[in-house]
Amino acid sequence: MADILRERERQVYRKGQANALPLDCEKQSAAGSVSQRACVFCGSRVVLYPIADAVHIVHGPIGCASYTWDIRGALSSGPELHRLSFSTDMQELDVVHGGEKKLYAALCELIDAHHPKAAFVYATCIVGVIGDDVAAVCKRVSLEKGIPVLPVHSEGFKGTKKDGYRAACDALLQIVGTGPTEEVSPLSINILGDFNLAGETWMIRDYYARMGVQVVSCITGDGRIDEIRRAHGAALNVVQCSGSMTYLAKTMQETYGIPFIRVSYFGIEDMSKSLYDVARHFKDKEMLKRTQSMVRTELERVMPQLTEYRKALTGKRAAIYVGGAFKAFSLVSALRHLGMTTVMVGSQTGNKEDYEQLREICDEGTIIVDDSNPLELSSFLEEKDVDVFIGGVKERPIAYKLGIGFCDHNHERKEALAGFEGMLNFAREVYGSVMSPVWQLTPRKRGSSLEVVK
Amino acid sequence: MLLRHTTDEVLERSALTVNPAKTCQPVGAMYAALGLHNCLPHSHGSQGCCSYHRSALTRHYKEPVMAATSSFTEGASVFGGQANLLQAIQTIFTVYNPDVIAVHTTCLSETIGDDLVQIIAKAVGEGKVPEGKHVIHCNTPSYVGSHVTGFSNMAKAFVTYFADPNAEKTKTVNIIPGWVEPSDMRELKALAHSMGIEILLYPDTSDVLDLPQTGKHEFYPKGGITVDQIRASGGSQATIGLGPSASGATVEALQTKCAIPGTTLELPIGLQATDRFINTLRTIAGVAVPDSITDERGRLLDMISDMHQYVHGKRVALFGDPDQLVSLTEFLTLLDMKPVYIVTGTPTLNFETRIKAALADTVPEAKIKAGQQADMYLMHQWIKQETVDLLIGNTYGKYIARDENIPFVRHGFPILDRVGHSYFPTVGYKGGLRLLEKILGVLMDRQDREAPEESFELTM
Repeated sequence: MADILRERERQVYRKGQANALPLDCEKQSAAGSVSQRACVFCGSRVVLYPIADAVHIVHGPIGCASYTWDIRGALSSGPELHRLSFSTDMQELDVVHGGEKKLYAALCELIDAHHPKAAFVYATCIVGVIGDDVAAVCKRVSLEKGIPVLPVHSEGFKGTKKDGYRAACDALLQIVGTGPTEEVSPLSINILGDFNLAGETWMIRDYYARMGVQVVSCITGDGRIDEIRRAHGAALNVVQCSGSMTYLAKTMQETYGIPFIRVSYFGIEDMSKSLYDVARHFKDKEMLKRTQSMVRTELERVMPQLTEYRKALTGKRAAIYVGGAFKAFSLVSALRHLGMTTVMVGSQTGNKEDYEQLREICDEGTIIVDDSNPLELSSFLEEKDVDVFIGGVKERPIAYKLGIGFCDHNHERKEALAGFEGMLNFAREVYGSVMSPVWQLTPRKRGSSLEVVK
Repeated sequence: MLLRHTTDEVLERSALTVNPAKTCQPVGAMYAALGLHNCLPHSHGSQGCCSYHRSALTRHYKEPVMAATSSFTEGASVFGGQANLLQAIQTIFTVYNPDVIAVHTTCLSETIGDDLVQIIAKAVGEGKVPEGKHVIHCNTPSYVGSHVTGFSNMAKAFVTYFADPNAEKTKTVNIIPGWVEPSDMRELKALAHSMGIEILLYPDTSDVLDLPQTGKHEFYPKGGITVDQIRASGGSQATIGLGPSASGATVEALQTKCAIPGTTLELPIGLQATDRFINTLRTIAGVAVPDSITDERGRLLDMISDMHQYVHGKRVALFGDPDQLVSLTEFLTLLDMKPVYIVTGTPTLNFETRIKAALADTVPEAKIKAGQQADMYLMHQWIKQETVDLLIGNTYGKYIARDENIPFVRHGFPILDRVGHSYFPTVGYKGGLRLLEKILGVLMDRQDREAPEESFELTM
């Protein structure tokens, strides 16, 4: 353990300690680390996945398609092509002779069978190494079939998940700007960076509708190709999950002059602020009034129950480990709203500004960590005597083994966690896990397992 | 309708796989390596591979799964991954301190041509492998075989690296269990124990992926075969491999390297396959089968007798891994059920022959497919053409089960949405009882749910 800390001391910070930020972040994980990070392909795949009327074909051996088959819980109100797994399942001979022919054939078979609005073709590691000209195949199929066929340059080794987000945005940018915009209102937005996990985009869409804002496209939650084609007609880009979508927003600003604002839909403060920010942007008094009244209604609905949860949870300690740091900001404040203290917070891919901002909003003694590993996480959870850990799939069993509550704030969330209703769900889930009677019987609370048996 | 995009017309496909009934080699190698005590699996490739495999295993076992990665960059993919692996070996022994690092390759490191034997030798030469510690490897190109192949390759590597041909000769029997659950491995050990036979079973993931809640996160859990035990297995009197696809190569390796006579059986799932396993074990060890096992067999036979009328003639579709499918088919045939559609994405030598042997001419119309384009989409199309009464397979079957309203028993890897597989075996007679209970459960639940009120029965 001592060795780890020495190796990684520049990626772990305790608020109040002498050695100052910035953390040594945004660097490649050391070879041999048990990192919780993923790859470029993973980044591209999760961002584009919710586009439900396109086909998503993974060009490579079968694994990358298998592991990303319907894993994200991104809901669609219509077609569900995105929930199928398509692959070229490259074999040894394809690697030797190149996979272009197989990709061409697979794309034709796929498009003929399903008549999608577009096709995304994900290049995996091996494709980059053997040098398949994916872009050329895409172009050819696109011409023949008359739909956009977009290469996604997501070779796993070409960087981190963040580079995958960028590759996904590059693919999206080829679609944006190709549709008609006559019907678009001046009071209109694109929702960027919400993926409709557990139906969250629908809730957010509903808020905007009640404010009188037209939503031109959701990129990519419950996404549709024709909407994305028209996205350049919107008056404003509203960006959540800034790690994945800021690049798209910036490029759209440069190309189409569309301004963007950053928002977060987690927690009632951030949720309300986001809606007000949009209303203020349009400088429309009526809209602002409608927004105020809606926020009031929503708050009145959820506050009594939230207050009850707060009573029970006050003083409990939380730890957070998420993919992108931006989400962590909202979580810290949402937890504070529930009377809880965040004693550890980390992310896989945060940057210097992210960690600086985390330092500002956290209490003294809070551990801030970049690109952590299970050994470290376990030791922090024990040291800080944490009551609930908020993370993703690989973190969950670690928390449970230690006898600590858990809430998945990633792909495997059970309920919508965004919006006002989502805050209530979040509180209920945290409460349910923290207060579970099971922890009273576990060794962490009872000393040892033997004592439990006696 | 989740799978509303499936048509009942089967279009010829030559290049496209839709909804695969397999995954890639490395995850199998990782699972096998977890069955070695104090071992850290290591993925020699991009970071995402390791992350996906850990997530897949975590979702299936609900346990923390530890593995390291070479974290390939663009540079590594151009200049080779030697520097990454050397650094990884040093980092791992310094930071995580395992007894063994079990390296498996990926499509990326295979394609750029990294020579693992040479790199490991270099690591040893440069003193990066501490005294008494080991780095082992197997090649697991993702574009060959499937996750089952990867499991087989890593299990075989245990022998290649550790089994000692000069080990002291013993009466021990080696058992290579194949890719089964920790519960199954535990049950196999229990069966041998109750027969009074010393065995060495590997890989062994019991007490690794079915851990009790202890309030501690054990980076290296107490289970797993030890290096010394594998060494000693070189002196065992015989080897029994369970499942040709997952265990055949390991049995052969022990035969070649240590001259241990080996037998490869079908997985002991179901009554007859378990009979053959118990018989083989009994014969090799020269012991009598204890009453406890005979009685267990009798109880399974009794349950089948009691309930055979409920399952007779039911049409079954099953998909998954070849070894499991062969034994399940035989068991279903004994139950007088009709396995009509059988699909595995794993390319498998003699798959059709093995399945046909298991069917014993009872279902001449059975459709059987293995390898490329043998996927869930094809299976769904077959079902759309003529439906079935029961579906057996991993969690990915739930879409079909829901859309076509078919009772569904989860079996195989991965199971992402139910628990129990880690704790309750499906091998052995006890496993047969559980399988039959599950099959009857879903069939009867359906009957209760859908029977018209007047024919809704209390006693079944």
